[in-house]
Amino acid sequence: MYDSIIIGAGMSGLAAGIRSAYYDQKVCILERHNTIGGLNSFYRLRGRNYDVGLHAVTNFTPRGTRRGPFARLLRQLRLTWDDFGLSPQLMSSISFPNVELTFDNNIDLLRSEVARAFPNQIDNFEKLIDSLVDYDDLEQSHFELSTRDRLAEVITDPLLVEMILCPVMWYGNPREHDMDYGQFCIMFRALFLEGLARPFDGVRLILRKLVRKFRELGGELKLRTGVQNIKIDNGRAIGVILDCGDEMSAKNILSSVGAVETFRLCDDQDITHVHKTGQLSFIEAISTLDTYPAELGHDKTIIFFNDSDKFHWQRPLDDLCDVRTGVICTPNNYCYDAADGELPDGIMRITALADFNRWKNLSKDDYGQQKEFWFNKVVDSATKFAPDYREHTIDTDMFTPQTIQRFTSHDNGAVYGATRKWFDGTTNFKNLFLCGTDQGFVGIVGSIISGISMANHHLLSGN
Amino acid sequence: MTPAEIRDAVLDILNTINPDEDLSSLDDDQEFRDQLEMDSMDFLDIVMELRKRYRVQVPEEDYEHLVSMDKTVAYLEPKMKDISA
Repeated sequence: MYDSIIIGAGMSGLAAGIRSAYYDQKVCILERHNTIGGLNSFYRLRGRNYDVGLHAVTNFTPRGTRRGPFARLLRQLRLTWDDFGLSPQLMSSISFPNVELTFDNNIDLLRSEVARAFPNQIDNFEKLIDSLVDYDDLEQSHFELSTRDRLAEVITDPLLVEMILCPVMWYGNPREHDMDYGQFCIMFRALFLEGLARPFDGVRLILRKLVRKFRELGGELKLRTGVQNIKIDNGRAIGVILDCGDEMSAKNILSSVGAVETFRLCDDQDITHVHKTGQLSFIEAISTLDTYPAELGHDKTIIFFNDSDKFHWQRPLDDLCDVRTGVICTPNNYCYDAADGELPDGIMRITALADFNRWKNLSKDDYGQQKEFWFNKVVDSATKFAPDYREHTIDTDMFTPQTIQRFTSHDNGAVYGATRKWFDGTTNFKNLFLCGTDQGFVGIVGSIISGISMANHHLLSGN
Repeated sequence: MTPAEIRDAVLDILNTINPDEDLSSLDDDQEFRDQLEMDSMDFLDIVMELRKRYRVQVPEEDYEHLVSMDKTVAYLEPKMKDISA
């Protein structure tokens, strides 16, 4: 009998596991995949290391900062700032056809850019920053207000509204078209008031630290161990049935596989009918170059691009992908320590919106062909906003919504999960709880915070 | 344990929770919350460590005594005076 079983060894599950183990619980994390990380996993292909989800760690705050989610997670997991090995971004941009706003980890750059490109909006922009709700003051009641309505009240130039929405939606909005205002406040802080950073060795460094800590504290991690069913008895979750047929019992179960996905494991059909999973999934085209992007004149860390004055955040309506908007991520362009040197290769990663169902329904042959076709389309679109690097390509890889679904178990390969969130993490069953993407926080720091707070609230009580 | 030893024990726990923090300049009569930005979850960890390390139980209604170093040591003294350092 375990005190806690945690389903999924992504950032949130590992963080929840560490918290439980600190409190001397007998805790086991079950992971279906043969590796850890979930959406934020990593792999090796033809001798090169790749990250799956990570473009940038958001919520970055400098050494010595005591406030904010990153400082809080370090305390709660008893990690040092150096454990994450984060190097800050150089500079990023929001690029629309005739206007570009650059930003870095000091909000003053974005302020001056708004003042330059939208001189009559700078006071409104300041007003917007001042009116953002703080993390601890977010309540479900005003969380679900429309961000578009709210922005339209403050910012009177529609182009600036679209330019603000583009990066914020790209890095954390599960809803199509509009965004919950609470989620907007979280993401605006995470991106612009805190900042972007990356570990030189990628996401594997963070995952390795988390797993080591979990195991040192006596936690058990079982890879290649999927859960086929959560056993319910009299309104209580009493354990899990594994894919292999074995059963495990626990006092509490915490699931990071998504809300609807979790309810389905409980055969709770009432709920799966009422709540829909998210629809937004991505493709990513990764190119390895024979040179560093900086040598081609590309000095940005991230570019959020959009090819018209109107930003469309929706599942592609009539094609496999929508490449009108996207994200260009260049892992080389961070301020790495001199001691680390340079990454072994130049890398360009381009992300665009994709439709899960269309990708899923392709035959095996078509799938390969479409991957190649859309790889070229998305790179075409991106190179309108960044130097053309194509002739320097020495290797490529691409992931599709199906890849995301395989790594995360999320229906539709929905990167940011369901459109509504379960902030308190509770379910219809009194000892079954949710953490991770569908509990509410996204991004690496966000998911770790989710695991910590759900473990604190639900798994550690009674200790 | 003497009050000075209890202070060291608490300092050691704070150090475990805040590995990056330089606690040498901790002001004993100022609140932890203001100096270290600690929240209620961090206080729960202090209580947990006291229980793990010294088998000292701090009931929830007494958490308010753990606000600063001076007050924490004063609160813990009767509970820890018979523990050998």
